[in-house]
Amino acid sequence: MHAVADNIFRALADPTRRSIFEELTRQGEQTVHALTRYAGVSQPAVSKHLTVLKRAKLVRHRREGRETHYQAQPNALAPMVNWLDQYGAFWRERFDRLESLLERME
Amino acid sequence: MSDPKECPRSLVIERIFPHAQEKLWRALTESTLLTQWMMSNDFEPAVGKKFQFRAEPQPNWNGVVDCEVVLVDPIERLSYIWGTGGAESGLQWVVAFTLTPTMGGTHVRMEQSGFGPDQIAAYNGANYGWNKMLGGLERVLGEVN
Repeated sequence: MHAVADNIFRALADPTRRSIFEELTRQGEQTVHALTRYAGVSQPAVSKHLTVLKRAKLVRHRREGRETHYQAQPNALAPMVNWLDQYGAFWRERFDRLESLLERME
Repeated sequence: MSDPKECPRSLVIERIFPHAQEKLWRALTESTLLTQWMMSNDFEPAVGKKFQFRAEPQPNWNGVVDCEVVLVDPIERLSYIWGTGGAESGLQWVVAFTLTPTMGGTHVRMEQSGFGPDQIAAYNGANYGWNKMLGGLERVLGEVN
């Protein structure tokens, strides 16, 4: 329903990506090497996960020599919260309609 | 939002309706009644039943929700998978209703939890998806009248 939020949900739906993102929020900036050790999957796999996280703007990176460092961007979760907010409004409105339906029912 | 632990893992809406539990169950499970408060649908209260909710298309949404019933426990619990955006690229959720008789009516709890496609198969009704994600608030927008 919302493209930006969709990217975030999709990015975090994968358990490995979620754990990489969580590790970055816990440990601060990390190199791809360190994240590979942490995640226990191959470096190309980690890089692929990081690309998805980057597309969702959940991480940002900087290069230093031959190493790429990644950092979590927790503020990027805001669209997801807005999205949930909208769904909250959706369900509250539905519950209002349910209430009036119940009044009309035998 | 600087602390990711504040990130919600699921959406919970609660309300007490001054009506009998049986009546609530009918409103949740009879297709014609469901249409009157949710959306038009071809719902049937049978586990494994695939159905759709259909609403007016919107700019970011084709108006279709693809669903599949995963739990029917009359007259207490009902849940279905709630998918938007098609099977391939879409997002899937589980919507779970719990009805509890209470003083003067029925307490209704609706929880919508996020899922990845890989987690649908592992669904066990209690420990899933966003629940494992980042901890955080139990109730995003809960309300108890």
